[in-house]
Amino acid sequence: MPDQSHQGSAQTPFIAMREITKTFPGVVANDQINFDVYRSEIHALLGENGAGKSTLVKILYGYYRADAGRILLDGKPVSIRSPQDARRANIGMVFQEFTLIPALSVAENIALFLPELPAVLNRREIHRQIQALSERYELHVDPQVMVAGLSVGERQKVEILKLLLSNARILILDEPTRVLAPHEVVALFRVLDHLRQDGYAIILITHKVKEVLQCADRITVLRAGRVAGSLPRAEADEGKLVTLMFGRELVGPKAGRQKARDEAVPPLLELRGVETRAEGAETSLKGIDLRVYPGEIVGVAGVSGNGQRELGDIVLGMIRCARGKKLLFGEDLTHASIGTVRRRGVAFVPEDPLTMAAVPFMTVLENMALTRTWHYARSGGFRVDWQAIRSDVQDAMGRFGFSFPLYAPARALSGGNLQRMTIVRELAHGPRLIIASYPTRGLDVQSAIAARQALIQARDDGAGVLLISEDLEELFALSDRLIVLYGGRIVGTFRPEETDAYTVGHLMTGAEVQHV
Amino acid sequence: MTLLSVLGVISSAIFSGTSLLYTTLGEVITERSGIVNLGLEGVLLVSASTGFAVASLTGNPYLGVLAAALAGGLMNLILGYLVVTRRGNQLASGLALMFFGFGLSALIGKPYVGAKIKGLPRILLPGLQELPRLYASLFRFDLLIYLVIPAAVLVWWLLFRTRWGLGLRAVGESADTAFASGRNPWLIRYQALFVGGLLAGLGAAHLSIAYAMNWTEYMTAGRGFIAVALVIFSKWHPLRAIVGALLFSAAVAFQLLLQSSGIKVSPFLLDTIPYLLTLLVLIIWGGTRKHAAPASLGRVYHGTE
Repeated sequence: MPDQSHQGSAQTPFIAMREITKTFPGVVANDQINFDVYRSEIHALLGENGAGKSTLVKILYGYYRADAGRILLDGKPVSIRSPQDARRANIGMVFQEFTLIPALSVAENIALFLPELPAVLNRREIHRQIQALSERYELHVDPQVMVAGLSVGERQKVEILKLLLSNARILILDEPTRVLAPHEVVALFRVLDHLRQDGYAIILITHKVKEVLQCADRITVLRAGRVAGSLPRAEADEGKLVTLMFGRELVGPKAGRQKARDEAVPPLLELRGVETRAEGAETSLKGIDLRVYPGEIVGVAGVSGNGQRELGDIVLGMIRCARGKKLLFGEDLTHASIGTVRRRGVAFVPEDPLTMAAVPFMTVLENMALTRTWHYARSGGFRVDWQAIRSDVQDAMGRFGFSFPLYAPARALSGGNLQRMTIVRELAHGPRLIIASYPTRGLDVQSAIAARQALIQARDDGAGVLLISEDLEELFALSDRLIVLYGGRIVGTFRPEETDAYTVGHLMTGAEVQHV
Repeated sequence: MTLLSVLGVISSAIFSGTSLLYTTLGEVITERSGIVNLGLEGVLLVSASTGFAVASLTGNPYLGVLAAALAGGLMNLILGYLVVTRRGNQLASGLALMFFGFGLSALIGKPYVGAKIKGLPRILLPGLQELPRLYASLFRFDLLIYLVIPAAVLVWWLLFRTRWGLGLRAVGESADTAFASGRNPWLIRYQALFVGGLLAGLGAAHLSIAYAMNWTEYMTAGRGFIAVALVIFSKWHPLRAIVGALLFSAAVAFQLLLQSSGIKVSPFLLDTIPYLLTLLVLIIWGGTRKHAAPASLGRVYHGTE
């Protein structure tokens, strides 16, 4: 049972959630869940997408109201019916989608959550408080800049500062590592460790088993809205946790290296000396020479912000080449429109599906039709063949082993479902070249395996894949060839069997290159 | 063109710009909280007629100003009920409010058409006592004119230097975040609408009680809509609204001067000058990310389960 503590049962839990039940139309998101957190503890809440992790913590934070159950703070029952109540109980939360307001400055965003904000703002005092705390926990960020100009990692620092300054003693972090580069994850765990030493209770939601084993003191696994098990770090290992998450052990896909390539085959994609011009904090590509041949997966490794996004964008045509040539399928398409590029058979899985791949207020089915409207248009464009779209989508969902609602608006989908929707849409129609940015980000283990399988299948069918990822393990498992980007340049090209994660990691951080 | 006519344009720009600026300031507050008030025209009319009626009944122009401001606040609260509580569409609700305002103001103002009132007293701009009488008469302003620039600064201070303003801007950018920070987005939007309505009411009061000193049906002549445009023009910033309101009013005064100078251009064409100017400035300024509209402008806040 979850209420057995490795710290000894003499201590009362800081927060104890008892028999929490919450139903949404059609789903029991939380079914009589018991969950405890102690002071100076990092308690990981593990589970695949839809297991009920987010719902549980949102109840704790007062964002949702539980249908049944109790919450005890230091052994005394409390009623948390709104985020305001939660804040009064010193509970703070960093949401998966950050709640910072881009148009406000860092200081204003933090001030919004200060508990004793005077009616007339004292900006100097607010800056001082931010700086003092950011020194202590190595969360360096300039209080005066607008949040719009910050990177994801910096925004997360602001979110954490915001919680600390709002006197939160119980910190809830909903999948904090999802959007972070590997070195940022390490830095985050260092911060969390420091906070734990200072007596904070931390609830960490994730579906990455490795991270849990790295930093948590205790792990509670949820499956289908119930507690599947709760155990201290010392008793946990990868196999055990995965078994708890899925009820059985999973096997990863076998990539199966592709045979030696026939050099005479023309490349699907060829970039010759491509350069881009970047604005502000963006990275420009410099002298990129790259070829992708049919039937190969080219992995792109790099710490985020080193030109990966630009590389994907330039192939699709979202940004322009300032110099150099882009040849697709032997044709010079340097200045072609995205429509032309897509029609030639290029598929694109962008890094952020909600903002880049979906129209939030349109239904999933409508979103599925968006990239191929020319294919489904009838009567010269006055009619759309929804029947055909639906049967295509259902057919593809069957093939990939994904399922998601078709008539819900896209904005109602979870991050994982959106990613599934994007993958099905982009890979369903036998593309010749696939650009996949972080295709497994936000997916649970099972879906990630299916997504990888889909990429491998596409490759075996003769498509070329440009796989952009930060997950080195994924890159090594899938790629036939690996390139490393650093500062907008290709700083290394390998066959995965000829190198190792250490070498690639080194190049990713720019350690061995003369940086210009 | 004589010095007198130039000064005349400036004076007239200040007189007609004042009501526009108050209204724009009010709309800046409302829009910063995430609500577009397309019914502003109707709000102005109801305020102007109510203020005029009270001034005429009591003989006290200041009571008229107060009544106009309150009427503006109440009219905006009607919009609040529609778009905040009933979660109606802002554009449709705004237009309905406007037509309601047309009718209501005609009803309120009917008995007072042609009535004479004691307008707000005018005081000569300090330091201009030496001016010849003809010139000096151009610079005798009423209290509302003297207060309009301080009002703009006050609105800026409220929005950018107080806790209330921070919360209000947060609601306009992301009501969810504001809610998560422990604020009540619905209440804040009501407050913003009420304060915005008070300011619009002051603008209307200046129009009927201080400037025109009479009531005629539809006397606002599109000022409500111009104010909505000026909010965009000023990029939701109260201090830039000063420039916008003065520029627009100066353009109106200038084209009137041109018409009266007997220039051989169709008066209808001249009438379009201020609007062309507005379009031109909007084109030149364009939309930059830094001064874009509040992110949840026009969005209904539904709350959570």
